[in-house]
Amino acid sequence: MSEEHAHIVPYKTFAIVWIALLFLTGTTIAVAQYDLGALNIWVALGIATLKSGLVVAIFMHMKYESILFKLALFATLAILATFIGLTLCDVLYR
Amino acid sequence: MSGHVHKDYTGAKFGMWLFLFTEVLLFGGLFILYAVYLARYPQEFISAGGELNVWFGGANTMVLLTSSLFVAISITALQRGSKTLCLRLLGGTVACAAIFMINKYFEWSAKISHGIYPGSEHLKELQPGEMVFFNIYYLTTGLHGLHVVIGALLLVWAMFLIKSDKVNADDFVILENAGLYWHLVDLIWIFVFPLYYLILH
Repeated sequence: MSEEHAHIVPYKTFAIVWIALLFLTGTTIAVAQYDLGALNIWVALGIATLKSGLVVAIFMHMKYESILFKLALFATLAILATFIGLTLCDVLYR
Repeated sequence: MSGHVHKDYTGAKFGMWLFLFTEVLLFGGLFILYAVYLARYPQEFISAGGELNVWFGGANTMVLLTSSLFVAISITALQRGSKTLCLRLLGGTVACAAIFMINKYFEWSAKISHGIYPGSEHLKELQPGEMVFFNIYYLTTGLHGLHVVIGALLLVWAMFLIKSDKVNADDFVILENAGLYWHLVDLIWIFVFPLYYLILH
Protein backbone atom coordinates (compact mmCIF):
# COMPACT_ATOMS: atom_id res chain seq x y z
CA MET A 1 0.00 0.00 0.00
CA SER A 2 2.47 2.61 1.16
CA GLU A 3 4.39 3.62 -1.91
CA GLU A 4 6.91 6.40 -1.74
CA HIS A 5 4.01 8.87 -1.81
CA ALA A 6 4.03 9.44 1.92
CA HIS A 7 6.18 12.53 2.02
CA ILE A 8 5.03 14.29 5.16
CA VAL A 9 5.57 18.04 5.17
CA PRO A 10 5.98 19.38 8.72
CA TYR A 11 3.43 21.90 10.08
CA LYS A 12 6.23 24.42 10.59
CA THR A 13 7.07 24.56 6.88
CA PHE A 14 3.45 25.38 6.05
CA ALA A 15 3.29 28.03 8.77
CA ILE A 16 6.44 29.74 7.47
CA VAL A 17 5.05 29.76 3.92
CA TRP A 18 1.76 31.22 5.21
CA ILE A 19 3.61 34.04 7.01
CA ALA A 20 5.61 34.73 3.83
CA LEU A 21 2.38 34.84 1.82
CA LEU A 22 0.78 37.33 4.23
CA PHE A 23 3.94 39.44 4.18
CA LEU A 24 3.97 39.50 0.36
CA THR A 25 0.27 40.46 0.33
CA GLY A 26 1.04 43.38 2.64
CA THR A 27 3.97 44.37 0.42
CA THR A 28 1.89 44.37 -2.75
CA ILE A 29 -0.81 46.51 -1.09
CA ALA A 30 1.83 48.94 0.21
CA VAL A 31 3.59 49.27 -3.14
CA ALA A 32 0.25 49.92 -4.88
CA GLN A 33 -0.16 53.12 -2.82
CA TYR A 34 2.71 54.71 -4.78
CA ASP A 35 2.40 55.73 -8.40
CA LEU A 36 5.33 54.10 -10.18
CA GLY A 37 3.75 54.33 -13.61
CA ALA A 38 4.04 51.17 -15.69
CA LEU A 39 6.27 49.65 -13.01
CA ASN A 40 3.23 49.15 -10.73
CA ILE A 41 1.81 46.35 -12.85
CA TRP A 42 5.15 44.53 -13.09
CA VAL A 43 5.77 44.73 -9.34
CA ALA A 44 2.24 43.44 -8.69
CA LEU A 45 2.62 40.61 -11.18
CA GLY A 46 6.09 39.76 -9.87
CA ILE A 47 4.83 39.48 -6.28
CA ALA A 48 1.80 37.46 -7.42
CA THR A 49 4.10 35.09 -9.31
CA LEU A 50 6.30 34.68 -6.24
CA LYS A 51 3.22 33.97 -4.09
CA SER A 52 1.83 31.43 -6.52
CA GLY A 53 5.26 29.78 -6.71
CA LEU A 54 5.17 29.28 -2.93
CA VAL A 55 1.62 27.90 -3.03
CA VAL A 56 2.39 25.48 -5.88
CA ALA A 57 5.75 24.31 -4.52
CA ILE A 58 4.87 23.83 -0.85
CA PHE A 59 1.09 23.89 -0.26
CA MET A 60 0.45 21.84 -3.41
CA HIS A 61 3.50 19.61 -2.80
CA MET A 62 4.92 20.21 -6.28
CA LYS A 63 8.41 20.37 -4.79
CA TYR A 64 8.07 16.74 -3.69
CA GLU A 65 6.49 15.39 -6.90
CA SER A 66 8.30 13.54 -9.68
CA ILE A 67 9.80 15.18 -12.74
CA LEU A 68 6.68 14.20 -14.73
CA PHE A 69 4.52 16.60 -12.70
CA LYS A 70 7.05 19.38 -13.00
CA LEU A 71 7.38 18.99 -16.77
CA ALA A 72 3.59 19.04 -17.15
CA LEU A 73 3.39 22.22 -15.09
CA PHE A 74 6.16 23.77 -17.15
CA ALA A 75 4.38 22.82 -20.40
CA THR A 76 1.15 24.43 -19.18
CA LEU A 77 2.89 27.63 -18.21
CA ALA A 78 4.75 27.68 -21.55
CA ILE A 79 1.44 27.32 -23.42
CA LEU A 80 -0.14 30.08 -21.36
CA ALA A 81 2.88 32.36 -21.87
CA THR A 82 2.71 31.71 -25.62
CA PHE A 83 -0.99 32.59 -25.72
CA ILE A 84 -0.46 35.77 -23.74
CA GLY A 85 2.71 36.73 -25.61
CA LEU A 86 1.28 36.24 -29.10
CA THR A 87 -1.98 38.00 -28.22
CA LEU A 88 -0.16 41.00 -26.80
CA CYS A 89 2.20 41.15 -29.79
CA ASP A 90 -0.87 41.41 -31.98
CA VAL A 91 -2.69 43.92 -29.78
CA LEU A 92 0.21 46.19 -28.90
CA TYR A 93 2.04 46.29 -32.25
CA ARG A 94 -0.82 46.13 -34.70
CA MET B 1 -6.40 -13.32 -1.56
CA SER B 2 -9.09 -11.19 -3.14
CA GLY B 3 -10.06 -7.88 -1.68
CA HIS B 4 -6.93 -6.13 -2.83
CA VAL B 5 -7.96 -2.97 -4.57
CA HIS B 6 -5.44 -1.60 -7.00
CA LYS B 7 -4.75 2.05 -6.28
CA ASP B 8 -2.78 4.17 -8.68
CA TYR B 9 -1.87 7.01 -6.38
CA THR B 10 0.38 8.84 -8.83
CA GLY B 11 -2.16 8.43 -11.64
CA ALA B 12 -4.98 9.83 -9.50
CA LYS B 13 -2.95 12.87 -8.56
CA PHE B 14 -1.59 13.42 -12.06
CA GLY B 15 -5.14 13.29 -13.42
CA MET B 16 -6.14 16.00 -10.96
CA TRP B 17 -3.19 18.13 -12.00
CA LEU B 18 -4.11 17.74 -15.69
CA PHE B 19 -7.59 19.01 -14.84
CA LEU B 20 -6.09 21.93 -12.89
CA PHE B 21 -3.97 22.82 -15.95
CA THR B 22 -7.15 23.20 -18.01
CA GLU B 23 -8.47 25.47 -15.26
CA VAL B 24 -5.31 27.55 -15.46
CA LEU B 25 -5.84 27.96 -19.20
CA LEU B 26 -9.53 28.84 -18.65
CA PHE B 27 -8.70 31.63 -16.22
CA GLY B 28 -5.66 32.49 -18.35
CA GLY B 29 -8.09 33.37 -21.13
CA LEU B 30 -9.85 35.80 -18.80
CA PHE B 31 -6.52 37.37 -17.84
CA ILE B 32 -5.70 37.80 -21.54
CA LEU B 33 -9.02 39.64 -21.93
CA TYR B 34 -8.05 41.84 -19.01
CA ALA B 35 -4.59 42.59 -20.47
CA VAL B 36 -5.92 43.41 -23.94
CA TYR B 37 -8.59 45.79 -22.61
CA LEU B 38 -6.19 47.35 -20.12
CA ALA B 39 -3.92 48.17 -23.05
CA ARG B 40 -6.86 49.64 -24.98
CA TYR B 41 -8.54 51.58 -22.15
CA PRO B 42 -5.86 52.37 -19.54
CA GLN B 43 -7.55 55.54 -18.20
CA GLU B 44 -11.03 53.99 -17.99
CA PHE B 45 -9.61 50.93 -16.24
CA ILE B 46 -7.98 53.17 -13.65
CA SER B 47 -11.17 55.11 -12.92
CA ALA B 48 -13.36 51.99 -12.85
CA GLY B 49 -10.85 49.98 -10.81
CA GLY B 50 -10.76 52.80 -8.27
CA GLU B 51 -14.37 51.93 -7.41
CA LEU B 52 -13.35 48.51 -6.06
CA ASN B 53 -12.77 48.34 -2.34
CA VAL B 54 -9.20 47.30 -1.49
CA TRP B 55 -10.32 46.22 2.00
CA PHE B 56 -12.87 43.72 0.71
CA GLY B 57 -10.30 42.32 -1.70
CA GLY B 58 -7.50 42.37 0.87
CA ALA B 59 -9.60 40.69 3.57
CA ASN B 60 -10.64 37.98 1.14
CA THR B 61 -7.01 37.45 0.19
CA MET B 62 -6.09 36.83 3.84
CA VAL B 63 -9.09 34.51 4.24
CA LEU B 64 -8.11 32.40 1.22
CA LEU B 65 -4.42 32.23 2.14
CA THR B 66 -5.36 31.07 5.64
CA SER B 67 -7.83 28.51 4.30
CA SER B 68 -5.08 27.17 2.03
CA LEU B 69 -2.84 26.80 5.08
CA PHE B 70 -5.58 24.83 6.88
CA VAL B 71 -5.97 22.42 3.95
CA ALA B 72 -2.22 21.89 3.64
CA ILE B 73 -1.87 21.18 7.37
CA SER B 74 -4.94 18.91 7.38
CA ILE B 75 -3.17 16.50 5.01
CA THR B 76 -0.11 16.34 7.27
CA ALA B 77 -2.45 15.82 10.25
CA LEU B 78 -4.18 12.89 8.53
CA GLN B 79 -0.83 11.37 7.53
CA ARG B 80 0.22 11.55 11.17
CA GLY B 81 -3.03 9.93 12.27
CA SER B 82 -4.68 12.95 13.93
CA LYS B 83 -8.11 12.52 12.37
CA THR B 84 -9.81 15.00 14.71
CA LEU B 85 -7.33 17.77 13.97
CA CYS B 86 -7.66 17.06 10.25
CA LEU B 87 -11.46 17.37 10.41
CA ARG B 88 -11.28 20.58 12.47
CA LEU B 89 -8.90 22.14 9.96
CA LEU B 90 -11.14 21.18 7.06
CA GLY B 91 -14.09 22.63 8.96
CA GLY B 92 -12.05 25.81 9.31
CA THR B 93 -11.43 25.84 5.56
CA VAL B 94 -15.12 25.50 4.79
CA ALA B 95 -15.80 28.33 7.27
CA CYS B 96 -13.24 30.45 5.39
CA ALA B 97 -15.05 29.66 2.15
CA ALA B 98 -18.29 30.87 3.74
CA ILE B 99 -16.63 34.07 5.00
CA PHE B 100 -15.24 34.67 1.51
CA MET B 101 -18.66 34.29 -0.09
CA ILE B 102 -20.38 36.49 2.54
CA ASN B 103 -17.74 39.16 1.88
CA LYS B 104 -18.36 38.78 -1.84
CA TYR B 105 -22.10 39.07 -1.24
CA PHE B 106 -21.69 42.44 0.52
CA GLU B 107 -19.19 43.63 -2.07
CA TRP B 108 -21.43 42.74 -5.00
CA SER B 109 -24.54 44.09 -3.24
CA ALA B 110 -22.87 47.46 -2.79
CA LYS B 111 -21.90 47.54 -6.47
CA ILE B 112 -25.32 46.43 -7.64
CA SER B 113 -27.09 49.01 -5.44
CA HIS B 114 -24.98 51.65 -7.22
CA GLY B 115 -26.35 50.34 -10.50
CA ILE B 116 -23.13 48.60 -11.46
CA TYR B 117 -23.93 45.16 -12.83
CA PRO B 118 -23.77 43.62 -16.32
CA GLY B 119 -26.44 45.08 -18.59
CA SER B 120 -27.50 47.84 -16.19
CA GLU B 121 -28.66 51.27 -17.41
CA HIS B 122 -25.98 53.01 -15.35
CA LEU B 123 -23.25 50.89 -16.94
CA LYS B 124 -24.40 51.86 -20.43
CA GLU B 125 -23.93 55.53 -19.53
CA LEU B 126 -20.31 55.00 -18.46
CA GLN B 127 -17.31 55.10 -20.77
CA PRO B 128 -17.03 51.95 -22.93
CA GLY B 129 -13.77 51.03 -21.17
CA GLU B 130 -15.39 51.25 -17.73
CA MET B 131 -18.23 49.05 -18.89
CA VAL B 132 -15.73 46.47 -20.16
CA PHE B 133 -13.85 46.60 -16.86
CA PHE B 134 -16.95 45.84 -14.79
CA ASN B 135 -18.10 43.13 -17.18
CA ILE B 136 -14.76 41.27 -16.98
CA TYR B 137 -14.71 41.91 -13.23
CA TYR B 138 -18.09 40.21 -12.78
CA LEU B 139 -17.17 37.39 -15.15
CA THR B 140 -13.83 36.65 -13.47
CA THR B 141 -14.89 37.02 -9.84
CA GLY B 142 -18.17 35.22 -10.57
CA LEU B 143 -16.40 32.23 -12.11
CA HIS B 144 -13.92 32.30 -9.24
CA GLY B 145 -16.77 32.44 -6.69
CA LEU B 146 -18.32 29.38 -8.34
CA HIS B 147 -14.99 27.61 -7.85
CA VAL B 148 -14.98 28.60 -4.17
CA VAL B 149 -18.40 26.98 -3.71
CA ILE B 150 -17.43 23.81 -5.60
CA GLY B 151 -14.13 23.58 -3.71
CA ALA B 152 -15.92 23.88 -0.36
CA LEU B 153 -18.39 21.14 -1.37
CA LEU B 154 -15.50 18.85 -2.38
CA LEU B 155 -13.88 19.41 1.02
CA VAL B 156 -17.17 18.65 2.83
CA TRP B 157 -17.37 15.42 0.81
CA ALA B 158 -13.78 14.58 1.82
CA MET B 159 -14.71 15.28 5.46
CA PHE B 160 -17.50 12.68 5.31
CA LEU B 161 -15.11 10.12 3.81
CA ILE B 162 -12.55 10.85 6.54
CA LYS B 163 -15.22 10.52 9.23
CA SER B 164 -16.12 7.06 7.97
CA ASP B 165 -12.41 6.16 7.57
CA LYS B 166 -12.78 5.60 3.83
CA VAL B 167 -10.10 8.25 3.54
CA ASN B 168 -7.35 7.55 6.07
CA ALA B 169 -3.63 7.84 6.75
CA ASP B 170 -2.84 5.15 4.14
CA ASP B 171 -5.27 6.21 1.46
CA PHE B 172 -5.89 9.93 1.29
CA VAL B 173 -5.61 10.80 -2.38
CA ILE B 174 -9.20 12.10 -2.40
CA LEU B 175 -8.33 14.61 0.31
CA GLU B 176 -5.14 15.54 -1.52
CA ASN B 177 -6.98 16.10 -4.79
CA ALA B 178 -9.78 18.10 -3.14
CA GLY B 179 -7.01 20.09 -1.45
CA LEU B 180 -5.28 20.70 -4.79
CA TYR B 181 -8.53 22.09 -6.17
CA TRP B 182 -8.82 24.37 -3.15
CA HIS B 183 -5.26 25.64 -3.59
CA LEU B 184 -6.07 26.45 -7.23
CA VAL B 185 -8.92 28.66 -6.00
CA ASP B 186 -6.40 30.47 -3.81
CA LEU B 187 -3.90 30.65 -6.68
CA ILE B 188 -6.34 32.35 -9.03
CA TRP B 189 -7.28 34.89 -6.37
CA ILE B 190 -3.58 35.68 -5.89
CA PHE B 191 -3.71 37.13 -9.43
CA VAL B 192 -7.26 38.52 -9.38
CA PHE B 193 -6.60 40.63 -6.28
CA PRO B 194 -3.67 42.76 -7.53
CA LEU B 195 -4.97 43.00 -11.10
CA TYR B 196 -8.47 44.19 -10.22
CA TYR B 197 -8.10 45.81 -6.81
CA LEU B 198 -4.56 47.18 -6.69
CA ILE B 199 -2.92 48.02 -10.00
CA LEU B 200 -5.43 50.72 -10.74
CA HIS B 201 -4.98 52.73 -7.58
